[in-house]
Amino acid sequence: MPADYIQEKLDNGLLVNLKEIHSAPIISHWVWYRVGSRNEVAGKTGISHWVEHMQFKGTPKFPQGVLDRAISRDGGFWNAFTFLDWTTFFETMPADKINLALELESDRMVNSTYLPEEVASERTVVISEREGSENEPLFKLDEAMQLAAFPGHPYRNEIIGSLNDLHAIQRDDLYAHYRSHYCPNNAVLAIAGDFDSDDMLKRIRQYYGGIHSGEISTHTPTVDAPLQKEEQIVVKGPGDTTYLQLAYRAPQASDDDFFTITVIDSLLTGPSSLNMFGGGGISNKTSRLYQALVEKEMAISVYGGLQATIDPHLYNISITVRPDRKPEQVLKSMDREIEKMMQKPVSQADIDRAVKQARALFAYGSENITNQAFWLGYPEMFGRYEWFTNYVEKLNRVTPAMIQQKMQEYFNPARRVVGIYIPEEEQA
Amino acid sequence: MTQAIKFPASHSLPGPEDIARKQLPNGITVLHRSNFNSPSVVISGYVAVGSYLDPLEKLGLAHFTAAALMRGTKSQNFQAIFDKLESAGASLGFGASVHNTSFSGRSLAEDLPILVGMLADCLRNPVFPDEYFKRQQAQLLTSLSIRAQDTSEMSAITFDELLFGNHPYGRPEDGHIETIKRITRKDLAKFHEQYYHPRNMVIVVVGAVDAQTAFSIIENALGDWENPSILPSPELPLILPVTQSVRRHIEISGKSQTDLVVGVLGPKRKSPDYLVASLGNSVLGQFGMMGRIGEAVREKAGLAYDASTSLNAWIEGGSWEVSAGVNPANLQKAIDLIVQELKIFVQEPVTSEELADSQANYIGRLPLSLESNAGVANTLLNMERFDLGLDYLQKYSDKIMAVTPEAILEVSRKYIHPEALVIVSAGSAK
Repeated sequence: MPADYIQEKLDNGLLVNLKEIHSAPIISHWVWYRVGSRNEVAGKTGISHWVEHMQFKGTPKFPQGVLDRAISRDGGFWNAFTFLDWTTFFETMPADKINLALELESDRMVNSTYLPEEVASERTVVISEREGSENEPLFKLDEAMQLAAFPGHPYRNEIIGSLNDLHAIQRDDLYAHYRSHYCPNNAVLAIAGDFDSDDMLKRIRQYYGGIHSGEISTHTPTVDAPLQKEEQIVVKGPGDTTYLQLAYRAPQASDDDFFTITVIDSLLTGPSSLNMFGGGGISNKTSRLYQALVEKEMAISVYGGLQATIDPHLYNISITVRPDRKPEQVLKSMDREIEKMMQKPVSQADIDRAVKQARALFAYGSENITNQAFWLGYPEMFGRYEWFTNYVEKLNRVTPAMIQQKMQEYFNPARRVVGIYIPEEEQA
Repeated sequence: MTQAIKFPASHSLPGPEDIARKQLPNGITVLHRSNFNSPSVVISGYVAVGSYLDPLEKLGLAHFTAAALMRGTKSQNFQAIFDKLESAGASLGFGASVHNTSFSGRSLAEDLPILVGMLADCLRNPVFPDEYFKRQQAQLLTSLSIRAQDTSEMSAITFDELLFGNHPYGRPEDGHIETIKRITRKDLAKFHEQYYHPRNMVIVVVGAVDAQTAFSIIENALGDWENPSILPSPELPLILPVTQSVRRHIEISGKSQTDLVVGVLGPKRKSPDYLVASLGNSVLGQFGMMGRIGEAVREKAGLAYDASTSLNAWIEGGSWEVSAGVNPANLQKAIDLIVQELKIFVQEPVTSEELADSQANYIGRLPLSLESNAGVANTLLNMERFDLGLDYLQKYSDKIMAVTPEAILEVSRKYIHPEALVIVSAGSAK
């Protein structure tokens, strides 16, 4: 992938990445902040996500309701996401309306009001969002597995936060979290689409240049030691379906091992996509675990994946167990397949195939300008943009010997969390 | 104040100048638009086979047949099919709705012949191997068990059942546990033989390929497909509106949130009421942070994370729905707020400001909906399915601007009767 973009750092510390794409009259504008659940302390879990919600509640210049009306009137769409390491806000607009995005994002970087009544009504909205997730049978299992997988690191917490903390956090906590993380020197601005870069830089200086750099006060966690044992978590709940999940400690995105694990993921459970918008996926029916579990009538489905993160996170496998099988049986079959990859190197052709799949997924993702702007900022949250442009090349450098070695290192059954969801008989 | 929005000439909307359309002698319509900005291509389309053909005792047959098409053909087994697709980084899938069995796929442009060849082989020559039939039946039954625990799906299914009565729109395309258990391998083979045919099939190709190449790839693969043994389609019952409100709760234990749907019948897609109702729907529960419903239920009352409306329009009818996910303790409060908003909506016209907002949004967002190949393909497919004309997008802005607040009030009153609502909730009652 060519490095066809422009990077510049403003005096206030704001890092700017620009990429001109003239295929459609659209511009997508993203502001990324280096704050997420990774930066949260006990008692304040979920605060980053709640702050993201509050950022839609208005500033003196754009009171609540005015922002979304202005964006929607121009035919734009916008949203925000809070993740482990970052929080991001984006607007995709018709190209001639992009000043609105520059104006409102630069404004709410510093001027959001956090009115107490808005905090109160948003508390119930966030709790309602959590209740919606709790409706998923696997939510409680995921929550318990994360706690077991990270003894101390905040990756152990749900991004949405614990119910206790969502009841306890106050307006001033939210405002302090906002002020100590939302400043140009803790942010990346990524814009892709139909513009002239010199002209866009001028506008960026006009809107963002006057914001003072801030005092970043954040919690930087210590990395947990590798898992020392196999831990089993069993959660019981309603329904008729049994699920089996595995979590192995995975390397951080900046580690070269990350790319080896990415190829392993593709071979084990099918290719994962880095596309956030559009692109769709590639099915995983020829992957090793699908063949060993679904084709052998052990499981209904199997999926896997890993996250690109600052600190080591997890490689997760999620299996829907067939009603006529026991999860222990399925686990045994899965382990046999993993054991094979530890014992015998895979073929070069297998790796080439994973690389072709990654190339195809990039081609699909690049149809979409919003997605290209996402790519332009996302890797800056855990590395540099080059992480992304070098991605396929790094996959290409993975060898059969590396895969065998990293299988042994990361997929040791004595260092993992096994989670089982068992359906309970309905109480009559 | 309203003002038409002009698009820059360099980025014209898809229209008769750059959409190629061709009809093959066997009844297949092919549409194409090129986009060389990315080396990828999508295909999208449907055959005229759907769940309206399902026998009641075997509901889910069209869905099961569609899902089984890729489990083996006369010349390729399951392994070969997916090895070919996945090795190319390509994807292909089938799914049945009430009137159609749709397909969509994507690949790098160089692999388009593989993709179209696979589409044709799966449509024309599936063999439904016994081994895969049983495996897939187990998979479908598990997904129905999972569905039974899903508050959002269960409220939606029950809502359709109460709203559409004995019309096929009132039945879930994926069937029920007992109907899927009754289906045999032979049923799939027979259903395919009796109903799969090229007449009224549509296929759209968008991406890094020129029209001539796309047409010849499709003609090669599908031009000689015929099915002389097809059966005629059955007559469908009329859709009758409900005359008084119906309230139903589906109890699912252990849920923190209750999903709620409140709604009425809506216009058909081809009805002149459709675009008017669509703009009304935008004001009611789409525009900005989900319109008036979002403002009342989420922003003001803080009752829900999700609260919005949708207008779903098909060949023979449609639905107009408000949906929200709420804490069980707030369920009645949310219903009251929603019914209140519906009453206001049919009492007074929307303000000209509200309408202007939604009009500007509809016109402004058009290029955004067309930024990916899949977005363009989907738009072309709808133009064909609902006879909108190849110049639909170019005339779109004028049609949107012609809608008035009075027209929205009139159309809303025709469909929304606050004393005759279908109200369904699913979750754990407290």
